[in-house]
Amino acid sequence: MNHFKVTIGLFIPCYIDQFYPQVGIATLELLEKLGLDVGYPLLQTCCGQPMANSGCEKKAVKVYQKFVKNFSSFDYVVSPSGSCVYHVREHYNILEQTEQVKKVRQSTFELCEFLLDILKVDDLQIHFPHKVGIHQSCHGLRGLKIGTGSELVTKKQSKIHSLLAKAEGLEIVELDREDECCGFGGIFSIFHPDVSVKMGKDRVADHERHWAEYITATDMSCLMHLEGIIRRQNRPVKVKHIAEILNTARR
Amino acid sequence: MINHAKAAKAFLRNEKRTDWHDQALWFVRQKRDRAVNQLPEWEQLRETASQIKGATLSKLAHHLLEFERQALQNGVYVHWANDAEDFNRCVLKIIRKHNATKVVKSKSMLTEECHLNPFLECEGIEVVDTDLGERIIQFRNEPPSHIVLPAIHLKKEEIGELFHVKLGTEAGASDPTYLTHAACAHLREKFLQAEVAITGVNFAVAETGAVVVCTNEGNADMGVNAAKVQIHCMGIEKVIPRTADLAVFTRMLARSATGQAVTTYTSHYLKPVPGKEMHVIIVDNGRTDILKKPQFLNSLKCIRCGACMNTCPVYRRSGGHSYGSTIPGPIGSILAPGSDLKQYRDLPFASSLCGSCSNVCPVKINIHEQLYSWRQEVSSARLLRTGKSITMSVMAKILSNSSHYQAVGLIARRLLARLPRKMIYNSFNVWGLGRELPEPPASSFNQWYRQNRKNTKL
Ligand code: SF4
Repeated sequence: MNHFKVTIGLFIPCYIDQFYPQVGIATLELLEKLGLDVGYPLLQTCCGQPMANSGCEKKAVKVYQKFVKNFSSFDYVVSPSGSCVYHVREHYNILEQTEQVKKVRQSTFELCEFLLDILKVDDLQIHFPHKVGIHQSCHGLRGLKIGTGSELVTKKQSKIHSLLAKAEGLEIVELDREDECCGFGGIFSIFHPDVSVKMGKDRVADHERHWAEYITATDMSCLMHLEGIIRRQNRPVKVKHIAEILNTARR
Repeated sequence: MINHAKAAKAFLRNEKRTDWHDQALWFVRQKRDRAVNQLPEWEQLRETASQIKGATLSKLAHHLLEFERQALQNGVYVHWANDAEDFNRCVLKIIRKHNATKVVKSKSMLTEECHLNPFLECEGIEVVDTDLGERIIQFRNEPPSHIVLPAIHLKKEEIGELFHVKLGTEAGASDPTYLTHAACAHLREKFLQAEVAITGVNFAVAETGAVVVCTNEGNADMGVNAAKVQIHCMGIEKVIPRTADLAVFTRMLARSATGQAVTTYTSHYLKPVPGKEMHVIIVDNGRTDILKKPQFLNSLKCIRCGACMNTCPVYRRSGGHSYGSTIPGPIGSILAPGSDLKQYRDLPFASSLCGSCSNVCPVKINIHEQLYSWRQEVSSARLLRTGKSITMSVMAKILSNSSHYQAVGLIARRLLARLPRKMIYNSFNVWGLGRELPEPPASSFNQWYRQNRKNTKL
């Protein structure tokens, strides 16, 4: 299985590390199944996005530098979070652009992107016999362009849909609003809680209207927010990170 | 200082109404989607429009002077106004010159921005907004909640009640056609009496000196043709070099705004009718300050189509008035801080940074990136709310040290697992107001990895 003599640095964002270890495990196992040489730098913390999105990017510089230091020795950095990857690629522009910084920014990938664009996997032989609603996390969708935003008049593509297309038993449900934001938005969820929760409720309702058993996404942060609402309101629908679904792969 | 979160909370108190507002605007977004998808070249048009605007802004003085030259040759009076006060006085001077007291006005966000109506009213002049939506909110004495659909926050029943009081329509009547007819009859009177007509400007064509006004109700034409003096008010960013460029923008404006192929009326005003007077007032009011800031300069490309509002999931659920600025929504949130950072420091945060606005924008303004940049400006100017600033300093400290980070994570998870519910869910826990916190796992991924993978790479 080892097509690639490359090293992969696994970046597990702070909130996944602390609250959703199963997502990190699924990502790691999947990459290992694909025969890749995966390393996990134990001293990693966060990409620095929470500070930066609050307007404090200068305070985040140390965190950025730490990230670069932890990951600069790998050929690729892979993470189950579109938002953090987008942050590293887009917003590490305030660091001095050393070779190391440039390399890390260019070689950091969101999991689905990495599977499709770098590994070029075709059929992962996923087995997940459920109705699944896809939540297109905004930073992955419009930032990393892992899908086509519904606003654009270009050829439609969606990496999540492509990866799940051949999955056994899995049915993707159509939504009324295919890519509306869930309202998490990092600090937005704390400083604008009412709008944030309302947006989340509306998203959950859309998935439920179409009988989704699971809501999946490239970002656990969106799912953490949606799950918080689902549990508060005792809704039947569940959340599952895309890595967990992909990790049902047989190969 | 504007507190968007608080205003939004008030708006959201009536959830049914919020849903209705959200749906009404989403419907407009869908109409826009259908319209733009009929043009396979849409993305190319956006790029062209953006480039025309960019090139024009980079030589703005040149194009404005050319416009002035042409307009003067056409027999038009051209005035320049530095700020809102200058502008208001300029309008008043023209009105006074003609001893006029009755003015009709078609839609203009610039006159809203400069608070022209109250200024003229104080001077004893009657100003009647002739755009139906504008007239409605003028009756209600409130600002527009949307730049294209100024009364979108109101239901037809509310308008029925309002017209019953103001125009004597039947009590309880809310049929839109009936109400519109009543408004038309009322406005016709006003058009016939008006001595001066004021309009906004969508585009000013430098090579011809013409101003172009796009409306759906034809009210700009009614006003201009009936009155003996016409005044067109434009921000400096409205100029475009050539008539040919206009074709790009008129194809995009209505499609983006309402999903129509083109606005019902696209009126070109080139020169005054013999015996009448035509004035154009070119207004800066802070725009050159934006022009000086490269990271925010693109915001001046805006053609005021309102599409970013219709698509914005926050705007749809908080209403235009929650922004407290003349122009609400995503574009308002990047324009307002440029005019008064302290007053509008909240607005760049009134977004989840989903980026839908930037994708929908016909002139490709990088709205969500500018929101991010404005956040940095707010923080650099030490205008962040105190709670936010302290929290971020503490977080930055923790996250730049691996062992501190792991320790804090561990404590948080333990507390979450062990503390009684009411100690976790209290008014300090903003997250918990409408959401559960995640269920704390026994170990972090980091701990799991140390236990389960031997050949740890550091
Ligand atoms: S910013 Fe773009 S989308 Fe928003 S009103 Fe202006 S032109 Fe339209």
